[in-house]
Amino acid sequence: MSLNPSMFIPVLPQILLLALGIVILFLDVLLPREQHRYLGWVAAVGMVVIMLAILPFMPQEQFQLTWGGMVRFDWMSYTFWMLFLFGAAVTALLAMDYPELGERGSFYLLLIASTIGMMFMASAGDLVMLYLSIETVSIPLYILAGFFVRSDESTEAGFKYLLFGAMTSAILLYGFSLLYGFSGTTDLHQIVLGIVQGKVSLPLAFTSMMLVLVGLSFKVSVVPFHFWAPDVYQGAPTPVAGFLSTASKAAGFAVLIRILFIVFPILGNQWAIVLAALSVATMTLGNLVALAQRNIKRLLAYSSIAHAGYILIGVVSGFSELGMVSVVYYLVAYLMTNLAAFGIVSAFGRVAGSDDMTAYYGLSRRSPGLALAMLVAFLSLAGMPPFAGFVAKVFIFAAAVGVGQIWLAVVGVLNSIIGLYYYLTVMKYVYLYRSENDDQPVPLSGSFKLALGVLVAGIVVIGVLFSPWFNWASVAARSMFF
Amino acid sequence: MQFPLLSFIVFTPMLAGLLILLIPGERKTEIRVAALAAGAFALALSLWAYFAYDVAAGGYQFVERYNWLPALGISYYVGIDGMNAPLVLLTGVVMFTGVLISWGIDDRPREFFAFLFILATGVFGVFVALDLFMLFFFYEIAVFPMYLLISIWGWKVTREYAAMKLTLYLFIGSVIALVGALAMYFTSGLGTFDMLALEQAGFSTAFQRVVFPFVFFGFAVLGGIFPFHNWSPDGHVAAPTAVSMFHAGVLMKLGAFAALRVGIMLLPEGARFHMPWIILLTLVNVVYGAFIASVQTDFKYVIGFSSVSHMGLVAMGFATLSREGMLGAGIQMFSHGVMTALFFAVVGMVYDQAHTREIPQLGGFRKFMPVVAVAFIVGGLVSMGMPGFSGFVAEFPIFMGLWNAKPSWLWANYTWVAIIAAISIVITASYIIRIIGKVFFGQPPAEFDGHIHDVNVLDKVALVFLSTIMIAIGVFPRLIVPLVQSGVDNVLRLLGGA
Repeated sequence: MSLNPSMFIPVLPQILLLALGIVILFLDVLLPREQHRYLGWVAAVGMVVIMLAILPFMPQEQFQLTWGGMVRFDWMSYTFWMLFLFGAAVTALLAMDYPELGERGSFYLLLIASTIGMMFMASAGDLVMLYLSIETVSIPLYILAGFFVRSDESTEAGFKYLLFGAMTSAILLYGFSLLYGFSGTTDLHQIVLGIVQGKVSLPLAFTSMMLVLVGLSFKVSVVPFHFWAPDVYQGAPTPVAGFLSTASKAAGFAVLIRILFIVFPILGNQWAIVLAALSVATMTLGNLVALAQRNIKRLLAYSSIAHAGYILIGVVSGFSELGMVSVVYYLVAYLMTNLAAFGIVSAFGRVAGSDDMTAYYGLSRRSPGLALAMLVAFLSLAGMPPFAGFVAKVFIFAAAVGVGQIWLAVVGVLNSIIGLYYYLTVMKYVYLYRSENDDQPVPLSGSFKLALGVLVAGIVVIGVLFSPWFNWASVAARSMFF
Repeated sequence: MQFPLLSFIVFTPMLAGLLILLIPGERKTEIRVAALAAGAFALALSLWAYFAYDVAAGGYQFVERYNWLPALGISYYVGIDGMNAPLVLLTGVVMFTGVLISWGIDDRPREFFAFLFILATGVFGVFVALDLFMLFFFYEIAVFPMYLLISIWGWKVTREYAAMKLTLYLFIGSVIALVGALAMYFTSGLGTFDMLALEQAGFSTAFQRVVFPFVFFGFAVLGGIFPFHNWSPDGHVAAPTAVSMFHAGVLMKLGAFAALRVGIMLLPEGARFHMPWIILLTLVNVVYGAFIASVQTDFKYVIGFSSVSHMGLVAMGFATLSREGMLGAGIQMFSHGVMTALFFAVVGMVYDQAHTREIPQLGGFRKFMPVVAVAFIVGGLVSMGMPGFSGFVAEFPIFMGLWNAKPSWLWANYTWVAIIAAISIVITASYIIRIIGKVFFGQPPAEFDGHIHDVNVLDKVALVFLSTIMIAIGVFPRLIVPLVQSGVDNVLRLLGGA
């Protein structure tokens, strides 16, 4: 294998991110302690620069396999890269002023490490690469979830996440090993040939697919592998929970569609049934349990479980172009929206000293701007126009109707009604109820306002001017099938 | 290029709402003035659209079309015809008068007007939409501000319950209609949400019969059709005055209009098949609504249930699928919108002074607020369908339509429906006269002495304005009839020989 410069394009952002991580490592040592929060700016600006730097290196229409088939470079991976970089940059800004988190260089370093892993996940073309990248994502996230070592809740979150993660990782690995053992190759594009040619018998392929599904269901918190999510989100530092529920989930979906559509297209009918069932269970359980939550972070955790269910509707309809597009579009919309929601919770929770819903009474009197941003984020989660969540949901339901799965669309629609109920309930606390702290303003830092402003603007832009994003998502979707 | 009038109408409230959000919250007078300016501007624009519409030419005018998402055939596509032009004007009227009578709102007026205006944008958008996706987009925008408006500024006793009930009802309706609309989109095979194209899609009879109930009822929930009317009186009563006006005056028309636009016009075969039994539901609306209204003791509930009754007449007019019936329904939407806005304004004014809405505890308001009393009497006469007022122009053709219409099956004719429905007019007269007699002419209770004051000049302007419209239409039906007639012709063309 000879090296030529073009081979570096598919790994360019990862290399740049690594460099950024090293810079932060040095700055962490060199900067005086009181200036450590500027590391957040360095990380965020650095990632935006990387996004700009890879703009000229757009992929071809046809996918490209490099590094011995380890890395698949196509529009889908490129789209997800952008998404992860954006998510990580915003998370860095949101976390900057979070005490004991924003002033520690190791936080940004772990964030970057995890992002590198996600980017490899989105472009993995080989089982080995896939597994390595998943672990590269997970291990920093275990640490981040348990970042507050002095807090029992955070430690518990980290430990719980680690235990669940290790367990499902093992199951995933078992599935991989079956695939490798029978097809004799770890290259995703060769394994599918093995299945088509009958080297791997169909029942066996089905078994290994189910094992892989278990592993990935954990990552995207699909019922019945969702139990970790509420506890971990609640215990983890809130900006980390936001990152976990968005970028990490998007990475999980990137791998899920990659494996299902590249390795197991022949089992399409079977996994469509399995995923449809999982989708119904995930949406329904997530939404119903969310109704009973009294802690805002747990509520958002169950809501994010429900959203995984909606996205699965799109995956089930994924053989139609609209289905695949709707998955990508939904992930973009969801990432923006949920980051905003968690960002608000992190900023306000710090001031209020509690994530209990009662703390949110009268928020609109304390900070009308923050309340309005929260309204935008929650209505977008509920799927109301003119916000991103509305079009994303319409595309998902349209895709389901388009492939004849009308019943799945109906279940999704009914679920979104339950969702509306609890999102509106929170808004009721914010706008209607009063607390004795009504007159105390909520101080917000400039970096936080910037990040939140970008997210709110993004939610509106994606929800109103959808044509450019839709076309981008279409290009990404088509690249799955070439 | 012609002046994008309809886009201005749709986006003026939204922009005004966003600008109002930028004004510091404690500068309440500036906020109110800005809101009034925006309301007046929107009213002027909608008057312009109404009177500039060329009835002789017919069809859709002021059409604007911009690609929104070409890949799925979604466009921003607006236009008005004889059916929606009066509704656009109605929205302008209610928005303007709503701002006038909301001058006294003191709790966060900035947020109040911003949410109210976002709601108005949604309503305008639905009325002028010629694209199915766009219609849903604006429909949902019109639904969610209701929740906040009712729950924050509403009547303390029931507002949380009523607001959630209303929002969930309407959301359920709209998402069910959405699934039906998506089915239409994919079945047509045209790859477009353009409603004018979908009208020509030639859906099979079987498909239309299956999908029609979903789409029709999905929207008719907002029109208050029995048995899905339950949210509406609760919502009316809990809402603050301006929101009740908007809600009963405009939003319920939104449902009826969308049921017509998407249900009847896109699925005419389905309408023909289902209407003979749906007309029974509307009959229940009309008669049962009037009976319930007549036994209420809460002033606002009386008006709330009278809305259910009157909106039943709208749906009934549409359900006849006949020229006269639809003409009447089209005018009734406008007439009832103005009338009920006036009613709720009056209820709000009485309540603000008396702090009770229990009819037995009220009395003698003629002495305290003469203009209000006169305005209510005008509204009452409209409500009873007296000649010389807009209610007559609206209700008479509906009954004519019932007499003339030929049901496609199930019944030989609707004359018996007309006879039963006519009972409602008597009941309506009974409760309206009871209110006029007790609240306005009765003996004022002793504790009112010195505590009740006349309404301010802005309130009077609003009431006079609304009354004038109803009388003008009653005396000069030409102001609206030819216009709605041309819109009805448009619908009848789709219904073929009906």
